[in-house]
Amino acid sequence: MPDGSLLSVENLSAWYGEARALSDISLEMRKGETVTLVGRNGAGKSTMLRSLIGLHKQVRGRMTFGGADLSRLSASQRARRGMGYVPDDRGIYATLSVEENLLLPPAIGPDPWSLERIYAMFPNLRERRRHPGSKLSGGEQQMLAIARVLRMGATLLLLDEPTEGLAPVLVQQLVVLLNEAKEHGVTILLIEQNLRFATAVADRHYLLVQGKIADMLTNEEVRVREHQILEYMGV
Amino acid sequence: MSVVQLFNGLVTGSFYALVALGLSIIFGMMRVVNFAHGAFYMLGAFGAYVLLDSWQIGFWWALILAPLAIGCFGMVLERLLFRRLYALDPLYNFLLSFAVATIIQDAMRLRYGAQGKPYRVTSQLLSGVQHIGSTFYPKYRLFVIVFSILVCVVVWFLVERTRIGMVIRAATEKPDLTRALGVDVDRWITPVFGFGVALAALGGVLAAAMQQVRPSMGEDLIIVIFAVVVIGGLGSIAGSVVAGLAIGVIAAVGEAYYAQVSSTLVFIVMAIVLLIRPAGLFGSVEGA
Repeated sequence: MPDGSLLSVENLSAWYGEARALSDISLEMRKGETVTLVGRNGAGKSTMLRSLIGLHKQVRGRMTFGGADLSRLSASQRARRGMGYVPDDRGIYATLSVEENLLLPPAIGPDPWSLERIYAMFPNLRERRRHPGSKLSGGEQQMLAIARVLRMGATLLLLDEPTEGLAPVLVQQLVVLLNEAKEHGVTILLIEQNLRFATAVADRHYLLVQGKIADMLTNEEVRVREHQILEYMGV
Repeated sequence: MSVVQLFNGLVTGSFYALVALGLSIIFGMMRVVNFAHGAFYMLGAFGAYVLLDSWQIGFWWALILAPLAIGCFGMVLERLLFRRLYALDPLYNFLLSFAVATIIQDAMRLRYGAQGKPYRVTSQLLSGVQHIGSTFYPKYRLFVIVFSILVCVVVWFLVERTRIGMVIRAATEKPDLTRALGVDVDRWITPVFGFGVALAALGGVLAAAMQQVRPSMGEDLIIVIFAVVVIGGLGSIAGSVVAGLAIGVIAAVGEAYYAQVSSTLVFIVMAIVLLIRPAGLFGSVEGA
């Protein structure tokens, strides 16, 4: 394991029945890095995150997090070691209030955010803390889903398309939020279609094509090859 | 329709509520359609009977001891049997629970016979009748109504206002995600199963004094309870309680006006509810 490596994936493959969704993915993330997975729909990005957190079980290959072999850990054990998962549908509980949504995961890790800190950052959530989670707008639900894993004190955030369906002003707020999390040493792996956003928050990018890593790009390369990447993504 | 008939309806309804509540909690968290729930209810009634008959232990103690013992028995069954099938289609656990129900019922029939056994509440406090307006009503039956509603309120409080309740609600709504958020759902499954079984047994203890204690008493009840849970909305706590009480009263009204239809009424209500709200009164489409 290279020095400072937090997450390491070697030859990860994943299947849905007979259909192969990921082929021999290998990647490495250092502590405090932000990395995006870009690729068109069906390229296997969500499967990648679901395999890491342990929700997708039909996998082969080696995954380690903080030196621990993930294949031996259940989804809840992975989360308690510091993986904070935000699914693409945001996963807000309708039968729990906003505050209960925040308090559901156990607080772990060296730096769990307090409710105060979260409410200071998102006054909307404080105002609606007694409302059912389902009564929030799409943008508020997204903020709640991310705030939930920060409250938990996760050291690695797994974010599945956090900007999807968000108004530009909320995307800006998300950039601020993720950069603040980064300053506190949080590592972030996110799926993103919005290249502007991706280059604003991430350090480097993996291009996923048909379940394989086609390329690794720096921010500079993404800017230069924007047209080509957008074509890959079918945007 | 008289006050007495209305109260009889509430008594029946409060049983339904208690037993349905346990069934609903178990279904919500484990997705087990527990056909053995009626057998646990019957064991509760037998628990009260055996405690009195063999050890002269009266009603108040039975109210605590029988649900506790049968709840523990439920936890053992969960650990040994039901747990093994969670990964499979829920139909497998339904079949298993059907087998468990049949075995328990036949074992009790072998040991105690099919004949009903009388059970008498020994407490002075609960004997005699109470004036209600111009009529009288047995104190014990009033106790059953008040006590059942009290238990339902306590369960509601546990589910809505405590950390464990929050975990139950979350795991009922999104079991996988709840695990992925670091909640150790599996640690709660056995106790929650036991708790649901204990509620059925509690219903059985309360029923022991009002009907003959016999091995088939759960079998007769479970079908109605399934209808109650479906009307209330699968997995919904509030739905089970409201539908339980409502069905009790509706059946009593039916009995008063057109006795032949009384036992069918619950299924007619179920059909109507399903036509109008397929997820039940309090159910969400996701939860169903």
